[in-house]
Parts: sequence; structure tokens; C-alpha cells
Amino acid sequence: MSDNEKYLLKVNHLKQYFPVRQGFKTIPLKAVDDISFAVKPGETLGLVGESGCGKTTVGRTLLRLYQPTAGRIEFNGDVLFDSGEQYDEKGKVVLGADGKPALGKKVDVNMLPYRKQMQMVFQDPYSSLNPRMTVEDIIGEPLDVHNLYENRNERREKILGLMELVGLNAEHAMRYAHEFSGGQRQRIGIARALAVNPKFIVCDEPVSALDVSIQAQVVNMFEELQEKLGVAYLFIAHDLLIVHHISDRIAVMYLGKMMELADADELNNNPIHPYTLSLLSAVPIPDPETARKSKRIILEGDVPSPLKMPTGCPFRTRCRYATDQCAAEMPQLTDRGNGHMVACWNK
Amino acid sequence: MGEDSKYILELNDLHTSFFTENGEVQAVNGISFTLEPGKTLGIVGESGSGKSVTAYSIMQILAETGKITSGEVKFHGEDITKWNSRQMQKFRGEKCSIIFQDPMTSLNPVFTVGSQLVEAILLHTDKDKKQARERAIEILTLVGVNEPESRLKQYPHELSGGMRQRVMIAMALVCEPDILIADEPTTALDVTIQAQILELMQELQEKLGMAIIMVTHDLGVIASMCDEILVMYGGRVCERGTADDIFYRPAHEYTKGLLRSIPKADNMNEKLVPIGGTPINLLQMPAGCAFCPRCDAAMKICLREKPEELRVSDTHLASCWMNIKEIYEAQEGERP
Amino acid sequence: MQENQGLKKKQFFSAQVDLSKFKGNDFEKATEDEKKQQDVMGESTTFFKDGMRRLRKNPLAMGSIVVLVLIIATIIIAPMIVPYKYSEIISVNGIRDKSAANLGPFEYSKLETQYMEETGEKLFPHIFGTDSLSRDYFIRVIYGTRVSLSVGIVASIMVLIIGLLYGSISGYFGGTIDLVMMRIVDIIYSLPDMLIIILLSVVLNETIKPLIEGTVLQSLGTNMISIFIVFGLLYWVSMARLIRGQILTIKNNEYVLAARCIGTKNGRILRRHILPNCLSVIIITTALQVPSAIFTESYLSFLGLGVSAPLTSLGSLANDARAGMQSYPLRLVIPAIAICLIVLALNLLGDGLRDAFDSKLK
Repeated sequence: MSDNEKYLLKVNHLKQYFPVRQGFKTIPLKAVDDISFAVKPGETLGLVGESGCGKTTVGRTLLRLYQPTAGRIEFNGDVLFDSGEQYDEKGKVVLGADGKPALGKKVDVNMLPYRKQMQMVFQDPYSSLNPRMTVEDIIGEPLDVHNLYENRNERREKILGLMELVGLNAEHAMRYAHEFSGGQRQRIGIARALAVNPKFIVCDEPVSALDVSIQAQVVNMFEELQEKLGVAYLFIAHDLLIVHHISDRIAVMYLGKMMELADADELNNNPIHPYTLSLLSAVPIPDPETARKSKRIILEGDVPSPLKMPTGCPFRTRCRYATDQCAAEMPQLTDRGNGHMVACWNK
Repeated sequence: MGEDSKYILELNDLHTSFFTENGEVQAVNGISFTLEPGKTLGIVGESGSGKSVTAYSIMQILAETGKITSGEVKFHGEDITKWNSRQMQKFRGEKCSIIFQDPMTSLNPVFTVGSQLVEAILLHTDKDKKQARERAIEILTLVGVNEPESRLKQYPHELSGGMRQRVMIAMALVCEPDILIADEPTTALDVTIQAQILELMQELQEKLGMAIIMVTHDLGVIASMCDEILVMYGGRVCERGTADDIFYRPAHEYTKGLLRSIPKADNMNEKLVPIGGTPINLLQMPAGCAFCPRCDAAMKICLREKPEELRVSDTHLASCWMNIKEIYEAQEGERP
Repeated sequence: MQENQGLKKKQFFSAQVDLSKFKGNDFEKATEDEKKQQDVMGESTTFFKDGMRRLRKNPLAMGSIVVLVLIIATIIIAPMIVPYKYSEIISVNGIRDKSAANLGPFEYSKLETQYMEETGEKLFPHIFGTDSLSRDYFIRVIYGTRVSLSVGIVASIMVLIIGLLYGSISGYFGGTIDLVMMRIVDIIYSLPDMLIIILLSVVLNETIKPLIEGTVLQSLGTNMISIFIVFGLLYWVSMARLIRGQILTIKNNEYVLAARCIGTKNGRILRRHILPNCLSVIIITTALQVPSAIFTESYLSFLGLGVSAPLTSLGSLANDARAGMQSYPLRLVIPAIAICLIVLALNLLGDGLRDAFDSKLK
């Protein structure tokens, strides 16, 4: 158990399938397919991948905005969800005598008390704030829902305190969200998430809709808040430079599966998985000298549709090292030393 | 044809405004540049900087409320702002093409890729239907679309984002234009696909020798591709120069701030230095330098007067009072 | 290298700028206050204020409001001034005035003229004349307008309430609930509505009569009540569909997800986040529902299924006038114009509201 206590959030074999109707058949869209990771208190785990790789779904499933298909979510020592499947050392489902998976105890808790500890910041600063509510009411809503104040004065004080914390002018409390610029709106969204004083925040592409000069403001604020409040982040983004800057560790996803997980610097300096390699080399570096020198590894082709997922490793259709084994079976994440986890047969 | 046809495109003090119910929005506020054949010009700026409006003004495809209020756009020395709509139609089809950020909205969803391509070819050339189809396949092959013949029969929604952008580029290249304007061509795409498209554009430029105007907010995209870069803020040009000038010797406070606010590849853990304040409100433009409300180094003169554009080196121009301050102070110091 | 560059830079500059035009303090740092002056946030506006501002700029909508206010003022004030009642047969000195039938506008009957000559007292004129039963036509038009407008408004509110409840439940919960609820809507949609209205009002007439005996509702008449029920039963479907559609789009906004993430309960999400955001559409549709209800009432009355005599509506006035259309065309023209005016004004106002408040159409 001592190993568990080190982690704030632990996710095991999480699966999130969505039913998609195609004609008369309903087939599962495997948005998140069997991923496991853990977040330590006060750390930032970056989650990168291309659009459609399931990174946003991971965040939302963790907060139980979707009902997980299978897996186990543990937060702060409490099991929030467990579908009951057991796994052996190799990551295979343990089968019972009848050939079906042997099911252990199922858990599915009421999330309301945990919503005070886990929060989310959304991608789009325009659609994530209700246009008919004032800033005060937006930030005050979590306080209302969880009865976090005694009287109106205390509510107002808390709201103004939060606004100050995220660098908003308290005079603007009575204004509507649409009167603010993108960066300010994102601050409002962050203040709303912080209102319940959470231990863990899922940041779902919080800066990708912002202008370059504003991105830095928000990124810095995330870092300062972490220092001040000790909150842990799951920082989801597709911008590798920003993720590398803010994260302690980075996880790389491709088509619902986790490909590589390592310390931020380790992942950048020593990427192992062929997908991570090409992803890193494709990032346009804002430095003409480096850009001229570097040779891009251009990936051929497109990401396959998640409805027609290739067998085995989903990346094999674009991978230049692909072998028959890749088509047969998805490799498990294995430790290559210093917690550098890679899921690849050939590297 | 004008005498100074050294430049394929020349903008002189172009002003474009949008007339909204809240008043006049001066989206482009006096921008000038020249473009030589076969060169790449990058226009970089944040939202509201007027970079896209500049591109749309060249093509004259502004929204209804938008209007070029003064200035010239010269194509081979001839001012095209005075052209009639027929001449512009021809210009847009055959001399200058544009590709947009979102390929889905610029392709018609109810027609196949093939019929849209063939139609464009028939419209702008005197080929017959069969030749047009052959040409369509040829162009699709050129832009790296695999199995072009079967792609012709597909609808835009059946293609992936990267494939759609390739088709858009193919459409733009139908008449082998002299100028290709790319308005945030890769913003909607994933990094690995973005790399493919950027590579493709460079290849095509080498093959076809067209000039490219690359409009983007991404400093990374622009660093490796452009012969000259224009940095825009608040509808004006802050600074222009080669990539090295802009990235290694920035001479405008805005450019300096912008470069400080992005993570550096070689030192990731260094804290970012953001530019403070909020983006510019185009309805309430400052009297002086557009950037001064957010500028840490703002001086009294910045509030009052627009800075003039000054040559910093042979290839490098900037409009920032800080440069003049330096020289002024040096002169003061020399004085007894 | 650095030195060299500085020198070069200086040479470039000195050739370009005349430094003498600058004063020493030009290059002093600007204070924060000075910078702030340049960077002001726009005037605070709410969604409502903004919409009203746009509405005020729309001459058609403003004209419609003026017309509607005038009409409403008239139907409220006129009965206080005009000494006749809508059901009253004109009498002079307590004697029924048989000669007062079918008078033209501003005409007096023989008895009235006689009375006025005798006493020197001036009787109130019959502005639109009288009908075949010697009733003052102006006051009948006023009451007809009252009835028509209130039918329109009450029916629209009923449609709104039913449609809102049904549509929001169906849209918000989705899934099987939505599927079943929407199929019911489809079935109601597929019924030929005119036929149903006529059948229902005939059937309801019979069933309601004993129920409302002796209550206030009796004066309204069974026909009128059946019209309300028919509206309630049939016309909410389009409203329900519309609201469902709105809720489906609003439900997908991230702020609804954010509210769920906070732990907000469904009822509160609907009340605080979803409904306020489809309010503009609801108001606009209701405003446009009023004229269509007035219209339906009018032609039901015209078919003889409307309010019961002696109460009247614009439609039944027109129906009554049909008989004497050749000799007294004015009696048909007046209620017809009133209907047109009200319906047109309400439609234009509804359009104006939509332009002003529905940002999607901008």
C-alpha cells in the first residue's frame, strides 16, 4: 500500500468506449483503450497527442463526466470507480473458470464530495463561460453548489479573493464574461476551478485558443498557482513546447493508447518510441538556426479512423519499424530505466 | 506593365476598415511591403493584428462591411484596387490564389473533390472536360495525394484534414498562380500533418517558382520558411526583416516580448516572461504606438506619436521609439 | 562585433532621423497611469441592453410597438368613454330604438335625433355606425379586439408552458426519453390540424358545457374554452421541437460541462445555464405565436366555431358582416383591417426581436 500513498491519482487499465451507430450496427469507438498512469501530489503530468487521440476523453473520464467502460480510478487513496476486472503481471485480463473475465468488487461512488478535490479548466475560453452570468456568479457557482459560505458577505469576499488570485480586477466582478478578452476569460475559468480549493486540476488545452503573448501569462499563472497551492495538474495539450515547459512528466498518446511516458527532459532528449520521435521532430521550432539544421522525420499518411483501428499497435500503419508482431499484439508499457516507460516491440 | 516590375506585388500605405455598428474598425492601418517573384513573405501577428485582413485586401475578398479606404495594391506595377470585378475575378483565379485555415469550410460539401477541381480548371483554362480531368489528376499527384483517381470521386467530408488541405492547395494551383497566399494553412492541423503540408509548400515553390505570402500566428512555422518576415500589431507593421533579424536581433519591443514569451528549445525550464495587458481593442486605438499600453518600456513619446519606420540594418526595419531613444541619448552624451 | 554593430546602427539612424526635434522628456518612461488611460475596457453592456439598442434602431419594429401600444390603449380606455355596451341594443330614454339598426358611421337614428333636438343634450356618436341588431359597432370592434388579443396571448402562453416543459425534458435528458417523446410529437404533427380543431371544438363544446355551468368561465362560452384546449393540445409541438433543438445545442457547450464538473444538479443546470441561453429564442417564438393564434381564432370564429354570442371576436364580427356584405361592406372591412394591423404589427415586432436578440442571425 505504501506505493499507492505516494500517488494522488492512480488510473489502471482505463477504457472509455462510445457506441457509434453505423447503419443498423452499433460499434464501439475506442476513444481511450486500456491506459494506466499515476499523478503525484503537486506535480504536473503533461498529456500530448494529436487530435482524436483521446486525450480530452481521458480528462473527462477521470472527472467522471463520462461513465468509464472499464478500469479503475483511485484518488487520494479512495477508489472512485472499479469495473472489477483483474489483471496479471503481463497486463492480461485474468479469466475465470467460465472463460469470462473474473470480476472482483465493483465500485462506483457518488462523485459530489470528490468534485471539491478534482476540477477542470476547459479549452475554449469562449464557450466554457455562460454568457448570461456575471463573473461573480460564474466563480460563485461552485461555492453555491458545495455550500462553502455562511452568508452573502463571505461569498463575495471569497469571490473577490479568487479574482485577485488569478490576476483579475475586482472592479469587474459584475461584468459579463463576453466583455473580457480570451486570456481574461481563461483566468475566470481557472478561478472557478480553484473556488473549491481542489488538489487536482485537469487542464484541457487551456492555452491553445489564446494568442501567443497571452499564452505565457496563463502558463506562468498555472506555475505560480502550483507553487502557492500545491495543486497537481494533468496538463492536456497538443503544443509540445508548452507541455515540455510546464510538465514534470509527459505521457504521449496515440489513438487511445499510451505510447510513452517519461520525465519531461528525458522524453525530449531521449525519445524512444518512433511516434514520439516523429512528433518531436515535427514541432516547428521558433528559432531559424535550429530549424534550418534539423531534419524533420515526416510521417507518411494520416491517422487511421478510430472506428477502423488497426490490429495490434495502432501506430504500425505509419511506423517504419513495423513488423508482424506489431500487427499481432499491442505492446505493453515497459520500464526502460528511470521510469521511462515505452510501449514498443522494436525500440 | 509598370516600370518597376521587379516586384510582383507591392503594397503602398494600405488602409482597410470595417464599418460596424459600434464604429469604424481600422483593421489595417497603413501597411506597405514588396514581394519579389519566387520569394516567401511571412506575416506574423496575433488575432486582431490585421494579418488576415491584409491578405483578404490583396484578393479583395473582404466581408461586406469591409472596405479598402486608401492605399495601393500593385501587381506588376499596376494598381489593382482600381480594377473592376471582372478583372479581379481573373486575377483571383489565375494570378493569385489563397488557401484558408479551415479546408472544410472552403470546399463545397455537396460536390465531389473531382467536380470542384474540374470546374475550377474549366473556368480558368480553355481545356475540354477530358483534359481538365487529366489535369486534375496531375495536380493531385503534384500535391502528394495518393490514388488521385479514386479521390476525385470522394466528397470533402470523406477526406482527413491533411488530405483536404492538400486538395485546397491543388485547387489554388490549378492555374499555376504567380502568388499563393496561405492564411494560417496549418493552424487547424496536427503537428505531424502540419510538417507534411509545410514541406509540400516548400517543394511546390521550388517546382513552380511562385511567390508565397504566409500568414500565421505561429513563430515556429515562420522561422524556417520565409525570406522576409513582417511582424504586425494593431494593423501596423512593427518590424520587418529576415528570419535572423527578427529572431536574433529584434528591434521592436513587441517582437522582443513575443520572443521572451515562448519557451526556448534549449532552455525549457527557464521561466517565461509574458507580455502584460490585454490584446488591443481596435475600436479604441491609442494615439501613439499601438503596442504602448502593453509595453514595459513605453515612453512619453510612445503615447503621443506613432513611431516612424527606421532602417536598423540593410535588411531590417523597425518602428519603435526605443531605437531613437538610444541614438538620442548617445548624442546627448557626446555633447559637452 | 557588438561595438561594430552599434556603430553601424548609429550611422543608419543619424542619416534617417532629425534628432533635434525631440525634447529631453520625450524619452522618459511613461507612468502606469498614462498607459492605463490608453487601455480602457469598453462600456459595460448586458445582453439585454445590447439587444434593446439594436431593437431601437429598427424602424419597422418600433413602428409596430407604437401601433400595438395604441391598439391596447384604445381597447382599455374606449369602453370607459363610450357609453354603450357590446351587447346593448341602443335605446333612447329606455325605449328600444328599432330605427337604429344598420346606421352608417357617425349617423344618428331618427329617435336619437329627435331626442337630441328635444333636450339639446348631445348623444355619443356611433363612430362605426351600428349593426343589424342596433348595437354600437365601434364598441363591438373594441371588444372583438380585446377577445382576439387575449385569445392570442393566453393561447401562446399555454403553448409556451407546455412546449417548454416537454421540450426541455426531452432535450436535456436525451436518449430513450427523447426518442419516445419526439415520436409522440411526430404523431401529433402528422394529424391534419384544421380537421382536429373543428372536430375537437364540436366534441369539447358538448363535454365542457355542464362542467362550467355557473362559473366565471361560462361568460367566455364553451367555444372559447375549447379553442384554448385545442391550442394547448396541438400547437405546442412546434414549440417543443424548437426548444428541444435549442437545448441540444446549448447542452454541448463547455459551460454546461463545466457546471456538471462542479457538481451542479440537473435542475439547476437547466434553470441557470440552459434556459437563460435559449430565452431569446423562446421570447421571439412566443411573440410570433401570438399572431398565428389570433389568426386561427379568427377563422374558427369565421366558421362559426369561435366565441359564443353576444360576446364577439374580430373573426365572428367578420362572419356576421358576411350576410350584409353587399350593402354594408364597411362592417367586414373594419374587423379585417383590425386583424391585419394586429397580426402585421406582431409579426414585424417578432422579426425585429429576432434580429436584435438572436445573435446567430446577425
